[in-house]
Amino acid sequence: MNAQLKPREFPLPSSVKVISGTERAQAAYPYHIQFSKADDRKFWFYNSMHFPEPMSAFDMVTAEAAYCALGAANTRVHCLPTTLGIDHRIINGRVYIGGNAVTDPAEIARRTAEFQKRAFYYYQNWESLYAHWKQKMLKLIEDATAMPDPALPEFEPLEHVHAGRGIASNHDLLVTYQKTLEGYFRMWHHHFEFLLLGYGAYLTFFGFCKKAFPEITDQTIARMVAGIDAEIFRPDDELRRLARCAVELEVDAHFLEGSSVDDIMRSLRASGEPGRRWLEELQTSRDPWFNINVGDGFYHYHRSWNDDLSMPFSALPGYARSVRAGEPLDRQVGRLRDERSRLIADYRELLANEEERAAYDQMITLAHRVFPYVEGHKFYCEHWYTNLFFNKIRSFGAMLAAHGFFTNTEDVFHLTHYELEAAIIDLMNSWSSGSEPRGPAYWPPIVAERKAAIIEWARHETPPALGPVPDVIDDPAIVMLWGITRESLDNWLSAGAATDSNEVRGFAASSGVVEGIARIVKSVEEISRLQQGDILVCHVTNPSWTPIFQKIRAAVSDIGGSMSHAAIVAREYGLPAVVGTGNATSKIKDGQRIRVDGGRGIVTLLQ
Amino acid sequence: MAKCISWFRDIGLDDRPKVGGKGGSLGELHRAGINVPPGFVVCTEAFEGFIDALERCSPLRARVEGLAADDLEELGAVSRELRTRIEDAPLPADLQQQIRDAYGRLGELGPSPAVAVRSSATTEDAADASFAGLQDTYLWVTQADLVMRKIRSCWASLYSLESLSYRLRHGIAESTVAMAVVVQTMVDARTAGVMFTRSPISGDRSVISIEGAWGLGSALVSGEVTPDRWVVAKITGEISVRDISDKAIRHSQSPVGGVEQLPVEESLRREPCLSDQELDSLRAIGRQIERHYGRPQDIEWAIDRHTERILLLQSRPETVWSNKDNQKAAVTRVSDPLLHVMSIFGGRR
Repeated sequence: MNAQLKPREFPLPSSVKVISGTERAQAAYPYHIQFSKADDRKFWFYNSMHFPEPMSAFDMVTAEAAYCALGAANTRVHCLPTTLGIDHRIINGRVYIGGNAVTDPAEIARRTAEFQKRAFYYYQNWESLYAHWKQKMLKLIEDATAMPDPALPEFEPLEHVHAGRGIASNHDLLVTYQKTLEGYFRMWHHHFEFLLLGYGAYLTFFGFCKKAFPEITDQTIARMVAGIDAEIFRPDDELRRLARCAVELEVDAHFLEGSSVDDIMRSLRASGEPGRRWLEELQTSRDPWFNINVGDGFYHYHRSWNDDLSMPFSALPGYARSVRAGEPLDRQVGRLRDERSRLIADYRELLANEEERAAYDQMITLAHRVFPYVEGHKFYCEHWYTNLFFNKIRSFGAMLAAHGFFTNTEDVFHLTHYELEAAIIDLMNSWSSGSEPRGPAYWPPIVAERKAAIIEWARHETPPALGPVPDVIDDPAIVMLWGITRESLDNWLSAGAATDSNEVRGFAASSGVVEGIARIVKSVEEISRLQQGDILVCHVTNPSWTPIFQKIRAAVSDIGGSMSHAAIVAREYGLPAVVGTGNATSKIKDGQRIRVDGGRGIVTLLQ
Repeated sequence: MAKCISWFRDIGLDDRPKVGGKGGSLGELHRAGINVPPGFVVCTEAFEGFIDALERCSPLRARVEGLAADDLEELGAVSRELRTRIEDAPLPADLQQQIRDAYGRLGELGPSPAVAVRSSATTEDAADASFAGLQDTYLWVTQADLVMRKIRSCWASLYSLESLSYRLRHGIAESTVAMAVVVQTMVDARTAGVMFTRSPISGDRSVISIEGAWGLGSALVSGEVTPDRWVVAKITGEISVRDISDKAIRHSQSPVGGVEQLPVEESLRREPCLSDQELDSLRAIGRQIERHYGRPQDIEWAIDRHTERILLLQSRPETVWSNKDNQKAAVTRVSDPLLHVMSIFGGRR
């Protein structure tokens, strides 16, 4: 960086003000995640990757549970040598996080010895531990699925009385709620059991490739490591299967573009035997593969395909047309596997000598070993389990709404999980005492105030980082999970100073150059606006968006790296993609003509 | 007289003592299945026979061996004298016939084909690369008589002041000095350029750097035009850099012989001079040659204006990074593969 251009500093946490009129909504978050004066000494950055929108009071449970588990794994379980866990704070609904580096060489040495006893055991026994992990997760999911929806009968059922059960139904509410919450915290521990180790092994190979081949693209390394039949592709595979079934059963004509899910279901049911058989096939796909949600699972309103079939159904006409046209629809798993093997062998051949080849073999073997977890865990954790969790909370919302606490089921997500427990106990008490609950008078104005605050917060930009800029970012967790380096901070600092240009830059995720019309898709509700041949410009994509890649010519996202969902799927579909631009959705206008150069990571605004 | 002409298809690198470095390399490329413009080599025996004939009139090699490397005045005088002798002496009749026949066969493509006449020294490519540049190349030569004159000029260039002083300074015996001459059909190039089968910037072996400009390659090699530049991943074909420059001029075959400089039509100046498909073909050729030689290459190529075919003009081993490689400490294997992860988890070293 030019010496004269001293980078601007990020604002101190204490200088960031709560937006006027939202103070009470801000105060709802727990005391220990409010910024304090002492936080000015530490570097924080806005976790826009996981929490791109202001968080409602309940949804903060995801940050709480996730950082609780991540820190435990790093600090106490695997003992990462150079880092402890991550602190989090919230202001104006935005989640800021800061890592705790270990810098004392003696302490690093002590932790290194522990790390090698613990993490190396995981690497050595990866397959069996991962198999055990899947069992644990499936059991957790099974338990959550089996949990009853909350209900309060007028009189306790007679069989309970005769069986001498000894506890009444209001107690079941507390049990269900606490188990639901406990399960969510537990799930996050499972989530981080392997994650950092997996990323670390991958990045070891990544770093080696960058050293041996300084100009290799991230996406090429990603292609060498990525799994071919990873769970991430499975929901889309199921849709293709269903499209094929629909053509075989000759019911594909029922999937008219623009028809509602209800209309389609009704006309299928009315069509007799073939329609019924297709619906059976649909059922087998739904459980479990439609348990993916339309976001990263961190917000209660990221609903799953199972909750809303319009997303998967919108892809069926296109797939069915391809089947009718005799186009190969299945992913060519064998071909993809051969291509990956050839890629690995060809790069290996280019290495300078046998020593390097031996190291390359060691590292890619380890990367392949860990990668099924890196790719697979999200389906079980962020999608399947998270859907169950939010839907269970939703059932409490429905019950409380029925008792007048809320005007609407979804209002429940404007209470923190501590407050929700209080509201449930309020209802338990009133059910037992026979008097009216206090909640119906207490909660509606608070919910209204918090809803307004979320809307207000979303209207304001928030600084990308706060506090003193560290000399180096040496925390492997932060580098690995958020891709934040000293260079990226310098970019953030200079971003404000740069003159407006007609370019948006990001990670080169999938090569190719195309021009076309940009369609800004800010939420899943807007997906239907995409026309065939548009360029998708979005905040972030996830596996549930996969089917729309058949419609588009290129993809651009605000958030994501070379292993992000958009990048992986774009490569599969052979579409150019630029990800992690930071601001494409705000800089590009809907309907604007743009050029996407996925090999260079540049989007050019043409008008 | 023995047969002094060798066609590219009949020779390879092993024949370098007879056909010189350039000739051997072109033969080798042809053997590897690469398209090179058709041509032949006038072998070293022809040179030796010719010099021996001159020796019989009056001493030649002994004149050089008696010189002091630092006596530039005397060196200059001898150089001028020997060059004139070589350029003025007629070729033996039998050799003349062989060259006329061979040139005639190149003419199957059309009468009086334009050819390049290039020196192909036996020391070239093997020793000091700068020495290789001392010999001459004549482009766009037409008619057998002119070809023969240029062959003598090539031979005479071995007795240039620079060449003589180089040999004397390095103690190279005159009896070991020989030169073959390559006669090769010119390519009327739509686009021409160079390619390195590793990055000239980072030394990365996984990319190919391609530079090209409109017209003949001489405009690019001489630096008269800023070429378009691409970086292509050797294995995946992904194009990571596309620098398209404003190419104001191009070199073209002159109707009166030689090369002329022409302005590039306005509509083409900022257009890429290669299509993505051509870049991919070049990548495949670069990989093939590199595999054949087992090391990174520095390649000159051209695309024929009429046939749109890619032709290889020359390929040499890349030297800059290859020398650095020998000093570079490689990432090495470790006893426990898991120790590699400490590069991520162990913090700064």
